[in-house]
Amino acid sequence: MSSKTLERIAPWVTTLILVLLWWLVIVVFDVKAYILPTPGETLQALYQYRYPLMTNGLSTLTTTVIGFGIAVVFGLALGIIVGSSRLAYCAVYPVIVAFNSVPKAALVPILVVWFGLGFVPAVITAFMLSFFPVVANVALAFSTIEPELTELMRSLGGSRRDMIVKIGIPRSLPYFFASLKIAITLSFVGSVIAEIIGGNTGIGNVMLVASSNFNMPLVFAALVVVGGLGIGMYALFDVWERRFTSWSVRDVASTTPGGG
Amino acid sequence: MSFIEIRNVDLRYGSSASGTLAVSGASLDIELGEFVALVGPSGCGKSTLLKLIAGLVKPSAGQVRVSGREVTEPLKTVGMAFQNATLLPWRTIRDNIMLPLEIAEPHRRTLKQDREKNRAKVDALLEKVGLTGFAERMPWQLSGGMQQRAQLCRALIHEPSILLLDEPFAALDTFTREDLWSVLQDLWLFRKCTIVLVTHELREAVYLAQTVHVMSSRPGRLIKNRSVEIARPRTLETTFEPGFVDIVHGLRQAISEGKTP
Repeated sequence: MSSKTLERIAPWVTTLILVLLWWLVIVVFDVKAYILPTPGETLQALYQYRYPLMTNGLSTLTTTVIGFGIAVVFGLALGIIVGSSRLAYCAVYPVIVAFNSVPKAALVPILVVWFGLGFVPAVITAFMLSFFPVVANVALAFSTIEPELTELMRSLGGSRRDMIVKIGIPRSLPYFFASLKIAITLSFVGSVIAEIIGGNTGIGNVMLVASSNFNMPLVFAALVVVGGLGIGMYALFDVWERRFTSWSVRDVASTTPGGG
Repeated sequence: MSFIEIRNVDLRYGSSASGTLAVSGASLDIELGEFVALVGPSGCGKSTLLKLIAGLVKPSAGQVRVSGREVTEPLKTVGMAFQNATLLPWRTIRDNIMLPLEIAEPHRRTLKQDREKNRAKVDALLEKVGLTGFAERMPWQLSGGMQQRAQLCRALIHEPSILLLDEPFAALDTFTREDLWSVLQDLWLFRKCTIVLVTHELREAVYLAQTVHVMSSRPGRLIKNRSVEIARPRTLETTFEPGFVDIVHGLRQAISEGKTP
């Protein structure tokens, strides 16, 4: 087997081993299904509840993507402002950091009071959790532009807009895409938390109802669904990242050797 | 009246009077089309003097004038090159060299209709520096020396009247550096723009410049100037001739004397 194929199947092997361990723990310690269901029972629940899991999964996905979308637009704009102006950085960044250290789960009840149960609090929670990595990464990319490039652009009579469009944005793309991968997974965390605390639909709500009924196989099936959605979105951004920022990934084989 | 006139310029970094004095009482005349080198110990304010000429920093005292007009904002007719090639990694070499044309007036207004002309310009410059055929490569595919050649093209593409070079060859190995001396000499003989080269390599300064100005250690003052009347084109052989060696020697001594103990 070539090392390439070995690398490709490695994560699946790890997953398989973890599932086996899960199953082994249940068999060895005789754990009851209402505490920890077996992988088989989870799969069964996944099949049995496929329709509610699908509709609620889609609802969670919608919430997540909307919250994430707002976070990306907002985060990108704020990142550019904070990264390209020292004053804006001093004025805004500490506040963002402070806000980011507030546990967002604690804010959900407040949001429910303001907006009622359901969709809106979940979108806002997803947004609140996911915008920070976007702001932080984009701001980092902008604030680490080489001073020589700034001088070069100024000496050519370039405006601040030129600087952002020609240098800042392309330069921040690798940072931006890296942050998207983090942000989308955090966005899922946000929407599921909100659904558990103050939702009436979504995977989080399914888990809440199922666990109060001691239907642990369904709780686990729901977990598998969120996990799958998270991995899927992550993979999607991974592909985009490689497409848009291929220049930042060096292909050693095509480097030209030699001096001069 | 000289093309570039620097008159009793002080430059203090930091706003208060306690800020670091980088340049002190500097006066310098540079003629149109002259090739000037600034040498001096590290941290003596050589690069600062370049920024003053470019209008990127304002003098705390004194005046900088270019073609008779006081410099109060960044000049738009300069080309700059630095020790780091600072090529944009997401652009090909061609697109990197085109950058000034997208920014500087009046080129940016005619960018679309001049596309073919600009392509030809880039190709001509690449040929001059020995990079023919590398236009569509990405910067990281080029060695350090080749990146510096590309950077020189970028500095010249918009036909600036002043070329400011801040130790452009300092990070290269000796052989590559010496190759680039002759490349730069050719470019200057071909373009005849005014060049100010900051360097700490005395042989480089004498090889390339018509006049070498020596700066003292911080705060930088201009303590000596030496014109180099060796015939062009100078070659590597020239650097071993007694006349050349004497000049380098003299400059070396001047720098030692200018160091504050």
